[in-house]
Amino acid sequence: MVKTITIEPVTRIEGHAKITIHLDEQGTVSDARFHVNEFRGFEKFCEGRLMWEMPGITSRICGICPASHLIASAKAGDEILSIRIPETAEKLRRLMTLAQWTQSHALSFFHLSSPDFLLGFDSDPVKRNVFGLIGEHKEFARRGIRLRKFGQEVIEVLGGRKIHTPWAVAGGVREAFDATKKEHLLAWIPEARETVLLALETLKKIHERYKADIPNFGNFRSLFVGLVSEDGGLEYYDGTLRVMDGGGNIVADKLDPRLYQHFLGEQSEPWSYLKFPYYRPLGYPKGMYRVGPLARVNICDYIETPLAEAERKCFKAMAGDADAMNNSFYYHYARLIELLFSVEKIEQLLHDPSLFGSHIRAKAMINRDEGVGFCEAPRGTLFHHYWVNENGVLQKVNMLIATAQNNLAMNRTVRQIAMHYVDGQSIAEGMLNRVEAGIRCFDPCLSCSTHALGQMPLHLQLFDVKGILLDECVR
Amino acid sequence: MAIVTLTINDEHLSGNDSDSILTIARQHKIHIPTLCHLDGLSEVGACRLCLVEVEGSSKLTPACSTKPVEGMVLHTNTDRLQRYRRMIIELLASEGNHQCAVCVVNNHCELQNLSYEMNLQYVRFPYLYPKKELDASHKDFIIDRNRCILCTRCVRVCHEVEGAHVWDIAHRGIRCEIVSGLDDPWGDSEACTACGKCVLVCPVGALIEKGATVAEMEKKRDFLRYIVTARQKREWIDIHEEG
Repeated sequence: MVKTITIEPVTRIEGHAKITIHLDEQGTVSDARFHVNEFRGFEKFCEGRLMWEMPGITSRICGICPASHLIASAKAGDEILSIRIPETAEKLRRLMTLAQWTQSHALSFFHLSSPDFLLGFDSDPVKRNVFGLIGEHKEFARRGIRLRKFGQEVIEVLGGRKIHTPWAVAGGVREAFDATKKEHLLAWIPEARETVLLALETLKKIHERYKADIPNFGNFRSLFVGLVSEDGGLEYYDGTLRVMDGGGNIVADKLDPRLYQHFLGEQSEPWSYLKFPYYRPLGYPKGMYRVGPLARVNICDYIETPLAEAERKCFKAMAGDADAMNNSFYYHYARLIELLFSVEKIEQLLHDPSLFGSHIRAKAMINRDEGVGFCEAPRGTLFHHYWVNENGVLQKVNMLIATAQNNLAMNRTVRQIAMHYVDGQSIAEGMLNRVEAGIRCFDPCLSCSTHALGQMPLHLQLFDVKGILLDECVR
Repeated sequence: MAIVTLTINDEHLSGNDSDSILTIARQHKIHIPTLCHLDGLSEVGACRLCLVEVEGSSKLTPACSTKPVEGMVLHTNTDRLQRYRRMIIELLASEGNHQCAVCVVNNHCELQNLSYEMNLQYVRFPYLYPKKELDASHKDFIIDRNRCILCTRCVRVCHEVEGAHVWDIAHRGIRCEIVSGLDDPWGDSEACTACGKCVLVCPVGALIEKGATVAEMEKKRDFLRYIVTARQKREWIDIHEEG
């Protein structure tokens, strides 16, 4: 009998979504969809507001990665003012971006994903969360929570508060770095580094433990898109876009991110509020691409800090020398490599004397009617695109968010996992967990990607060929 | 000018009969909330926050524009007054588009401070979400009518202190709004001297400096006191009087 299985809400991701799995007459999976059913309309209600307010407004899109929206928005403002910001301001913004990576990656790995790994995919869902983790692996959880705190403290030292600071503005930043806080932040580094290394060690054991499951966690070829530095290094704040295919071949390089609309298209589907971006030259849906840690570590030629670079080489070796890492499960590995890089690079930046300059903000009036700001948010490349009138009043806004760019790949992942674990007869708890865990590899933030607000409970529905609901599972 | 004696909140006080009740109360450190009042500008009694109860009268009286009478007995903080003041703040909040979290004057806003003072945690009235215009045509300043509470401080300071009279109130009732010139873009105003006084006296984030970002603007209003004092001492020549 033909059925559709729906998982709603999907837990331990940021936002609200459901998953439906459609079965054919033989009871095998014919399709699976990741539906995002939240809508917020940021792009619309920002119209008519002032360009200068946008970093403060758009950072409110998300409570997890507000600093990334802040930076992308401030950079769009720089473009509209046609300003090159002071060196100190750029260094400070870089530090803020890395702090954002640190706290968000720590949250993704320790708080959201590690309960699956350490307590087991099939353990009691009531306990399979950060509180269960604290109960079973107290020290590990404590370290993870403290690592996130470190990232948040850097943000607080720079921006005056941990969440939703309006610190970055068009033209630079508002407050200089308080040099008296330098030692306080540096004192965190050894512990933070040790925690990431511990996480890496734990993850490698997990790779062994789930050897049988991992090949089915979104293992397929796709394009990878992200920023790289001028000489091809891992980039997080500026640089140019690189597109790599699943075979590790560079398809396009040194693309100007300001022209993103020339090569990245967005498709809508009636069953989700989350759009489906694709790489234009290959069309929809063939132009499916992945962004975020997996893409960034895949596409870069090197990482500038030693420990992270050594891990990148191990990562590359796992992928096979010429090949790209195509298995979405290794998002976790790439995320931890980036986390290690963030901690190392924050330490380097804190020793950089130019961080402590007092020239932090350049001023100008409206010099262009359009500006694109971009950076690498924890979940992937983030674009803020504003059109303004001669007075700086917004006429149109477009935001291309990392999670949206992973939408096609997340759907593909759900389909692959469902095909492997659904037998058509019933909804097994283990299957639910694996589908969720598959989504969680991408660390999706649906609040950001639909610019929508909500929690993420789980609802799974099973439909037959005629679309009749046969089975349902809610928690 | 004569001295009168009056009772405010059971306290026997004296004051100058040419001063307002508000002035006398403040001289005696009695707090009465205000929004449209600003020392140095004329009174309009627009916001009604300074309403007080006068014994023997069923009407409430605005303290800012009422002169004391010998033997007057006043109450400034009764339950009824607190209820009305809270309602005024709620109505102001529901009438405009006030998003404190992303406002340029967040943490430096008189309306926000009054909301804290009244312990306003929610608004009982439906929000009107009016569609208001934002005018950024001036080279230095912006008027965002979404946040305007029609206190008319800008109108008065421009007319009475700067002498330019750029601002006026147009329309009626709920459609009332502050306009420059004959409802022209501010940037086209020939009268505006770009002195910025209106921006500094605005109690909320309706009049702001161009380029100011969220929670960045703090308005310093001391300048007005110096100007007024200087005028009283005739340190500046008053054209009308000289003429």
